[in-house]
Amino acid sequence: MKRKQLESLLEDVDRFSNPKISLEQYPTDPHLAANVLYTIQSGYGDIEGRSIVELGTGCGILSIGCVMLGAEHVTALEVDSDAVEDLTENLSEFEIENVDVVQCDITSPSSLFREHCFDTAIMNPPFGTKNNEGIDMEFLDRALCLCRGAVYSFHKTSTRDFITRRMEGMGYHVAVLAEMKFSIPQMYKMHRQREVLVAVDFIRVSRDPT
Amino acid sequence: AVVSTQSTGSHCKGVVNGFPLKLSSTQVEVKEVEFNADFITRMLERLEWGALVEAASQLGVADGLPEMVPSSGKEAEEEEDVLRKIHHVLLEVEITEGELECPETGRKFPIKNGIPDMRLNEDE
Repeated sequence: MKRKQLESLLEDVDRFSNPKISLEQYPTDPHLAANVLYTIQSGYGDIEGRSIVELGTGCGILSIGCVMLGAEHVTALEVDSDAVEDLTENLSEFEIENVDVVQCDITSPSSLFREHCFDTAIMNPPFGTKNNEGIDMEFLDRALCLCRGAVYSFHKTSTRDFITRRMEGMGYHVAVLAEMKFSIPQMYKMHRQREVLVAVDFIRVSRDPT
Repeated sequence: AVVSTQSTGSHCKGVVNGFPLKLSSTQVEVKEVEFNADFITRMLERLEWGALVEAASQLGVADGLPEMVPSSGKEAEEEEDVLRKIHHVLLEVEITEGELECPETGRKFPIKNGIPDMRLNEDE
């Protein structure tokens, strides 16, 4: 499948019906989703034929994109009931059968899954801007626990050095695959600006040097 | 949904060995999923075989599953047969309504519409 084709299909993924600011819920742009998923597959072969886990799935654009690029199976984790409903509807619309949804709290202190169950982890995690500082690192740690291969994730560029040092200290390799600006909608009426631009890295954390 | 039940264990406070969760279902759906021998073969090394057979028995779909993890080196035909049975249990049998129960605390996690809700309350 060509990247443009993928992007076109992903444009039909419905967005959050009831987004919650405290969970940093905003949809991942289809153009961006198509680009990163395409990079993961064409650059590293980490989607096709693989078992994938997505953390903080939201409406599911990344999971759906993985299925389109030939993932064998996707386990989609999501805590919010409204998002789970949106996700379920999207999966149904796209007639997708090989995504299993598990409603759970990733930040729950004890481990819910057995370690290294999945091949690849993919996510667009909350950044920790809404009284939830540190949540981005929790997502990253959990993702590394869950998969045996690489973790693909988005993190604020301002945290790049911290993440790299920490991950390398744990024996992982970090590659910044792309730098971009996220336009994050401000959902509170009191905010003066309608959107905020945040510098973001798309990273790959792996056990093997690439 | 069986894939997620293979992987999920109980995370209730203080539980030492929360895996595997006991499975009970009130509604099961069977769908058709394309068989990929390579994928199932790779999954084999990650499966907790006893738990899989147990879960499959609880769903009444354990027929034909061997007691021990199949090892490679069998006749190709025989091996494919077993792989197809595992594929069926893992990917084609879906629990649409049911429960997962923590083996230590008895805490039940509901499965609704094929989705297990593993969220704990604040005090758990």
